[in-house]
Amino acid sequence: MMIEALLAVTLIGALATFVAPNRIAGKLAFGISLIPAALSLWMFTAFDGSGNALLDGELAFESQYEWIQLGDYTISWLVGLDGISLPLVVLTTVLTSLAIMSSWTPIDERESQFYGLVLFIEANLIGVFTALDFFVWFIFWEAVLIPMYLLIGVWGGPRRKYAAIKFFVYTNVASLLMFGAFITLVFGLGDVTSFALPEVATAMLDGGPDGFAGLGGSALASVVFVAMFLGFAVKVPIVPFHTWLPDAHVEAPTPASVLLAGVLLKMGTYALLRFNFTMFPEQVEAYAVPIAAIAVISVIYGAMLALAQTDLKRIVAYSSVSSMGYVILGLIAYTQFGVGGATFQMVSHGLISGLMFMAVGVIYNATHTRMVTDMSGMADRMPVAVGILVAGAFGYMGLPLMSGFFGEFAIFFGAFGSGLLAYSQIFTSLAMFGIVIVAGYLLFALQRTVFGPYHLETDYDVGRAPLHDVAPMFVLLGIIIALGVAPELIFDMITDAVDPILENGGDA
Amino acid sequence: MAVFELPDWAALAPALILVTTALLLFVIDSINPHTKNRSLLAGTTAVGSLAALGVAVWFMVAGVGTPTAAGGRGVVELFGGQLVVDQMALFFMTVVSVVTALVAVASYDYMGDHAYQSEYYSLMMLAATGMATMAAANSLVTIFIALELASLPSYALVSILKDNRGSVEGGLKYFLIGALSSAIFVYGISLVYGATGHLQLEAIADNLQGAGEYGGLLGLGILMLIGGFAFKTASVPFHFWAPDAYEGAPAPVAAFLSSASKAAGFVIAFRVFTTAFPLEPTTAVIGVDWTLAFIILAIVTMTLGNFAAATQDNVKRMLAYSSIGHAGYALIGLAGLSADGGEIVMGAAMMHLLVYGFMNTGAFLFVALAEYWGVGRTFEDYNGLSNQAPVACFALGIFMFSLAGIPPLGGFWSKYFLFTGAIEAATANSAMLIVAAALVVNSAISLYYYARLVKAVWIEDPVSGRDTLSQPTGLYAAIIFAAVLTVVALPVFGPIADAALEAATVAIS
Repeated sequence: MMIEALLAVTLIGALATFVAPNRIAGKLAFGISLIPAALSLWMFTAFDGSGNALLDGELAFESQYEWIQLGDYTISWLVGLDGISLPLVVLTTVLTSLAIMSSWTPIDERESQFYGLVLFIEANLIGVFTALDFFVWFIFWEAVLIPMYLLIGVWGGPRRKYAAIKFFVYTNVASLLMFGAFITLVFGLGDVTSFALPEVATAMLDGGPDGFAGLGGSALASVVFVAMFLGFAVKVPIVPFHTWLPDAHVEAPTPASVLLAGVLLKMGTYALLRFNFTMFPEQVEAYAVPIAAIAVISVIYGAMLALAQTDLKRIVAYSSVSSMGYVILGLIAYTQFGVGGATFQMVSHGLISGLMFMAVGVIYNATHTRMVTDMSGMADRMPVAVGILVAGAFGYMGLPLMSGFFGEFAIFFGAFGSGLLAYSQIFTSLAMFGIVIVAGYLLFALQRTVFGPYHLETDYDVGRAPLHDVAPMFVLLGIIIALGVAPELIFDMITDAVDPILENGGDA
Repeated sequence: MAVFELPDWAALAPALILVTTALLLFVIDSINPHTKNRSLLAGTTAVGSLAALGVAVWFMVAGVGTPTAAGGRGVVELFGGQLVVDQMALFFMTVVSVVTALVAVASYDYMGDHAYQSEYYSLMMLAATGMATMAAANSLVTIFIALELASLPSYALVSILKDNRGSVEGGLKYFLIGALSSAIFVYGISLVYGATGHLQLEAIADNLQGAGEYGGLLGLGILMLIGGFAFKTASVPFHFWAPDAYEGAPAPVAAFLSSASKAAGFVIAFRVFTTAFPLEPTTAVIGVDWTLAFIILAIVTMTLGNFAAATQDNVKRMLAYSSIGHAGYALIGLAGLSADGGEIVMGAAMMHLLVYGFMNTGAFLFVALAEYWGVGRTFEDYNGLSNQAPVACFALGIFMFSLAGIPPLGGFWSKYFLFTGAIEAATANSAMLIVAAALVVNSAISLYYYARLVKAVWIEDPVSGRDTLSQPTGLYAAIIFAAVLTVVALPVFGPIADAALEAATVAIS
């Protein structure tokens, strides 16, 4: 019942915030968001699951109720946690609390609606990471879109209308493609009687589909694999489906950017891991080289795009494309370190990109500009905020003892030795080169904005950032360093859940 | 154990309550011919339709219409099988009466200072009676009578604003096309009668074999019947009255026609094709599989409706074309039938019509609210309404996202089931894959124009110089109630799905 409690608290909190007066909405939402954060941290300590949720693993906090009977198919409310989903749930709850606190300064209209929507997103994100029935999962998956659309569209920057509708249409079309593919798969799998992911996964590994409407079994599996991959690729995003991301990020208000980069992108990679990489080991092997190629292209191309930007937020946005490329590379390596590292990197990138967006947001609050060319020497006026920005940038570059280092190291280590991926050494070396570009664009941007003599094009008086802007960044930095020093805090449970996947095709 | 047994005709109670209410309104009118006591009139209408709703739901729960084999009280056949009360009939009576109740409550404000109050409400109740009777009609004659009983008051309702050019023009178009399609429908009935010698639906099915040498005649008759359904459900090829009629009609009437009337049109289509023309024997006689016609109509209707809706600037016309698009979705319920099943897809179509009754009525009632405020008719005129009326605009957001099929709202559930059903049907007939693909593509397109309305009220800057907006009680109550129903569909979808699927199973078998 813990997961239901988590969802219920967040949803009721969202409603309460929605009707609360604007004056207190921010504080109220923060207070409410501490409850799911504390609950999820308690679940983290009390976690007693083992194995993979889809592959006969021992689920933690599982609950299941039959819900709707649709012909021969049962739809159940099935939720539970394993070592892959639990770190992502904790990431969601913690990051939401911090994002709420970081929006106290920038959000100054329709506060109650804003914070209500943020909590509503949080509830749906928790749902995405806990639901194990396709039907329930898909509801949460899609329900994230509406509040995010409104967050961008109502509280966003000058081009918010365009960015919001682009975000919505891109991701919704992709979801529909994935949805259609999965339903077809279920009907193709003759003997399945529910939409529960564990049952579908078992049936897939147990001989695969019989075929459907003229398509043979393996052809159907391939079509579904590709369609689902494309559907999730938009969400991740992978080049060339990334163009919604910079628009959405740049126009979104800071807290929405934090959640978008920190958690929403992970929905894509999480779903890839849960569906494509768990249920289709044969197709993973067959399509390894093209997938690795687009992963490497995402890494390099995303970094190059970041290099060309002059807007701090755009730089961070494009760098997400690059980082997500690493995750895909780790997944396709199909080794313990590769897949485990990719999962670790999801959490790590969520923390670091959240931190970066907050830092950029704090600078923007003071200067009202994000253009690299508009400012220099910010370290003189905002030493603390800028210090954290620099620390975050180093985390991005993979400084040892920060979580980014371990994530990328594990991915490269796992990918280099991959037995499944042909030419894995070449792919890994190319991807490693991405790190150089990352260092290049981050240092180049920092050098121009942070160091040198103080200068600001816009007409604002820049002073130190208030404590409630800086505090969430300190917390994030603390977690990043903690995970960098002791990655086994989550890496052990991740590998425990990843190993069963690899037994079906990769090397554990 | 029942204390006393109700007579068989009591099973028609929902329709009887509706007609009694209509007569009651006539009595009120004859006592005080020019009464403008709108509390009394709208109240009577609302109470009557809520009573019909309550009885219909009660009957369904109590097992009236459920076959005795399934633990129910049995399907009730009246007047030698001319009328039948089974679960499908009760299901659609529920849809009709809930929409009527919502519209009646909303009309309290909308028709506030109108000259023909009692006529308006009694016409609406007569039309509702016709629709409820359509749900139970089980012979081509009763179907035709019920259809006309529903249609004639509707023509008058559309043109009830008789000093308004658009209203009269819409009513005339609706009437002319309605008359034409009625003629085609009756001609179709005569051909079916000529080929089989029967009008009662089961009797037609039993005598299909005898029509062997008149296969072509029967096929032509069936095609003409489809024309009649297409008119009533605003599907291609008789859809083009809908945008003009809805635009000209008072918005509550448009809500009534696009939700209840469409559902009633579908129930007769479901009944005629499952009962009178079972797939296998009919195909053997006429040589063509009639699901093919519905596959084509479904794809064309949904695509045409969606593309036309995407290009509209007038909100009401957008909703009118969207209602054509949704008719296309519901047609999947017939397109997906096959010799060995199809209850999922037909049950899903019934669920969709129920949920559509909430969300589409709500959307049209928001337009009614906007007309009541006098803010204008285009998307631009709606800009920034959320600043002045956040509650109503929140409800509008629910309706729009639900119509687009975004979870967790009601519209997602029924579309999900429709899609699942279509895919399931594709195991028997792979053409259904194209229908399923069309459903997905159209859902994606529809998001564009539904989100456009949300964007207008929530994201765009307010139109300057707009007066403060009042909060009419009746309209607000109806809109909020429709929004609650759309959202509450999530937890209670289990029973709804069960009812619809059972009803579809009974109808098909």
